[in-house]
Amino acid sequence: MSKAKNTVPFKGTAEQKKQLDAVLAELKEVPGALMPALQKAQGIYGYLPIEVQQMVADGLSIPLEKVFEVATFYSQFSLYPKGRYKISVCLGTACYVKGSGDVYGRLKERLGIEDGQCTPDGKFSLEACRCIGACGLAPVLTVNDDVYGRLAVDDVDNILAKYQG
Amino acid sequence: MYRSHVLICGGTGCTSSGSERIIEAMEKELAANGLENEVKVVKTGCFGFCTLGPIMVVYPEGAFYSMVKVEDVPEIVSEHLLKGRIVTRLLYKETVDEEGKITSLDETDFYKKQKRVALRNCGVINPEDIKEYIAYDGYQALGKVLTEMTPEDVIQTIKDSGLRGRGGGGFPTGMKWQFAAAQPKGQKYVCCNADEGDPGAFMDRSVLEGDPHAVLEAMAIAGYAIGADRGYIYIRAEYPIAVKRLQVAIDQAKEYGLLGDDILGTGFNFSIELRLGAGAFVCGEETALMTSIEGHRGEPRPRPPFPAVKGLFGKPTILNNVETYANIPQIINKGADWFRSFGTEKSKGTKVFALGGKIHNTGLVEVPMGTTLREIIEEIGGGIPGGKKFKAAQTGGPSGGCIPAEHLDIPIDYDNLTAIGSMMGSGGMIVMDEDTCMVDIAKFFLEFTVDESCGKCTPCRVGTKRMYEMLEKITEGQATMEDLDKLEHLCHYIKENSLCGLGQTAPNPVLSTLHFFRGEYEAHIRDKRCPAGVCKNLLTYVIDQKKCKGCTLCARACPVNAITGKVKEPHSIDPAKCLKCGACIEKCRFGAIEKR
Repeated sequence: MSKAKNTVPFKGTAEQKKQLDAVLAELKEVPGALMPALQKAQGIYGYLPIEVQQMVADGLSIPLEKVFEVATFYSQFSLYPKGRYKISVCLGTACYVKGSGDVYGRLKERLGIEDGQCTPDGKFSLEACRCIGACGLAPVLTVNDDVYGRLAVDDVDNILAKYQG
Repeated sequence: MYRSHVLICGGTGCTSSGSERIIEAMEKELAANGLENEVKVVKTGCFGFCTLGPIMVVYPEGAFYSMVKVEDVPEIVSEHLLKGRIVTRLLYKETVDEEGKITSLDETDFYKKQKRVALRNCGVINPEDIKEYIAYDGYQALGKVLTEMTPEDVIQTIKDSGLRGRGGGGFPTGMKWQFAAAQPKGQKYVCCNADEGDPGAFMDRSVLEGDPHAVLEAMAIAGYAIGADRGYIYIRAEYPIAVKRLQVAIDQAKEYGLLGDDILGTGFNFSIELRLGAGAFVCGEETALMTSIEGHRGEPRPRPPFPAVKGLFGKPTILNNVETYANIPQIINKGADWFRSFGTEKSKGTKVFALGGKIHNTGLVEVPMGTTLREIIEEIGGGIPGGKKFKAAQTGGPSGGCIPAEHLDIPIDYDNLTAIGSMMGSGGMIVMDEDTCMVDIAKFFLEFTVDESCGKCTPCRVGTKRMYEMLEKITEGQATMEDLDKLEHLCHYIKENSLCGLGQTAPNPVLSTLHFFRGEYEAHIRDKRCPAGVCKNLLTYVIDQKKCKGCTLCARACPVNAITGKVKEPHSIDPAKCLKCGACIEKCRFGAIEKR
C-alpha cells in the first residue's frame, strides 16, 4: 500500500454511481468479474477509495475484504487520487541502462514528492513504471498520454514548464 | 486498385515518436492533392527497427523512409507520390546505393540475418483489417485442421515440429497440449499469456499489435486439439494499442464466422475473451495468471496438479505465450519439417529478441535459433555506440543473467543459455557497455523482484529483500568478503526453496554476475571502488590540475559550493562537501573533472 495519506474527501457524483451500477449489473454473472469491475470503476472515478470498493462489493455481492484484497495487490489500482498530470518514468532495464534513474531523481527533486505521491496542489503525480515498450526511445517518460523519449536530465525542467500555468 | 501503398508503422515505439500525426498529415496531404483514390495509407504493426522510428515505407518502390517528421510529409507527397522522385535524404542510409538508387531492405545489416516467422505479418498488413490477414493465408490453418485433421494429428504435428514455449521455460508445446487433451471430456480452457512483464521485452506486444489474428487463429487450433471451446487472453493493461487491436480482431473474426459457434460449418465452437492484467509481474507465472483471471490476488500455487489437469476454474487448461501461438498457423500450413529446418538440434524454429540498451539498432529482431550473440549484437545490432567496449548482454530479464564477451560466440538456444547461467526468457536482450556496473545491475533486478514478489512464500518475500540489502551494502562500500559468501549461499537457498518461477529464478542476475564478474564485486568490497564509475558512494570527483583553466563554470554549477579556486587558476573539490551530483562534469568544457 502507498504511504501517502488520503486527505482528499470522496466526491463521487450520482452520474458516476449510475455508470458504475450499469457496469456491475453487466458483470455480475461473469466468472472472475472482480478485476474487470475494478478496472472499470477506476476508469469512472479515477481511483478506488473505500467508498467505491464498497459499491463494487455490493454490486457483485462479494465481501468488501475480498475487494480490498484484490485492489491492494495490483499496482495499477490506486486507492488515492492522482494528479491532473500523471508523470510516469520508465525504469525498465533498457531505460535504466540509459540513465532514466537520474531523470526520475531530478523529477523527485523538482516536484518535492516521492514515488506514488501527488503534489499538494493536485497538479502532478509521479510514479516509476515498468517497461512501456518504447525501448527504442529510451530513456522515456510519459505525462498523461504524451510520450517524451531520448531524454537527458536537463530536459526535465522544460517538460514540467509545458504543464505549468 | 491503388497505384501506391504508404505503410506507416503504428506500433508503440513509432506511435510514441509521433506516427499518428504523420498518418493524419499524410491523409490530409493526399486528399489535398486529389490522390486519395490512388494512394492508400496503411497503418501497420511494428517493423522492428524502432530506433529509426517513425518509419514509413512506400510501395511499389519499397522506399524505406526513417525518422519521418510531419514537416516531411508534403515533400514525400509532392516529390515521390506525384512526381515519382524518391526523397533520398529521408531514406535509411543503408537502403541507398552510391547512385542514389534504392537497395532492398532485406539486404541491410539489420534485416539480412533475420528470418521472420512469428513476425512475418508485422509491418506488412493492416492489423485492424481481417481481410488483409486472410489475404496472407490467414485462417487457412484453422480451416485445414477443422476439415482435414483429427485433434491427434494436430498435436502430433506440433510435437513433430519441436516447438518449445517461447515465454521462457521452453517446455515442448505439443506435450503440453497432449496432457490437456488426455483429460476426460468436459469444460477445458485455452489461455494465452500476453502479460509480458520482463522490463525491456516487447516481442509479444509487437505480435499482438501487428498480427493479432495469428494469435486468435492459433488459440482456436489449440481449442480444437484439446477439446476446449473457450479461450482467455490475459494481457497487460500497459499495452493499450495491443488491447484495442485484439478486441477489433476478435470482433471481426466473430463477424466472419471464424470465432463463435459452428466455425466454418464444422460444428466446432470457440470463443475468446480478453482479460486485462493490472500490473503484477508475478501474473506471468502460469498458476498466478489463472488465479488472476478468476478474480483473485495473482498468487501462484504449488504444482502438481498442473494446469493441464486442474487449471483455470479448476478445469484442464493450456497456457501458451503469444510468440508460441504466432508460430502455430504456419507450422500447420507448411508442416513440421519446414519448421524443423531452422534452429539447433534441441531448439527448433526462430526466436524474437527485443534488442535494447547500449546498441545502435534498437528494435525487434527474429533470428533462427543457433544464431550467435555476436551476430545479433555486432551485425544486426550494429555494435555499440560511442566506440565503447562490450561488457555483457543481459537475457531473460529479472530471471536471467548476464553473458560476458567470452561467450559471444555460443549459438543461442534454450539449453546453451541455461548452461551459462542465463536463460532464454521471453526474449529481452539488453546490451551493456563498459560504463555499466554489474553490481548495480544485479541490484536493479533485485529491486524489481523485491517489488514484484507476491509475498506468498517466505524464501522469496524475505530472501530477496535480504539479498537486496546485501547488494546495497556492497555498492555503498560497507560490505565485507564474508557478506559475499552469505549472499551466494542465500542465492542458492532461495533458488531451491521458492514456490514459483519468480523466486526460483530471482537470484540468477546475482549468480551470473558473481560468476563472470566476481572481480567487480571484490573491487567494491576490498578496494571500495566501482570500476565502471557508477556507484555514487564509491566515487570521488577530482579536478585534473593540469587541464583546469580556472574558468569557474564548475564552481558556479556546484549546488553546495564544494569547488573552490581563484579565477584562471586550477580549482579543487572538497570531497567532504561534494554530493557527487555530477553537475560540474556536465559544465566543464575541458574534460578536467573525472570520477575515480
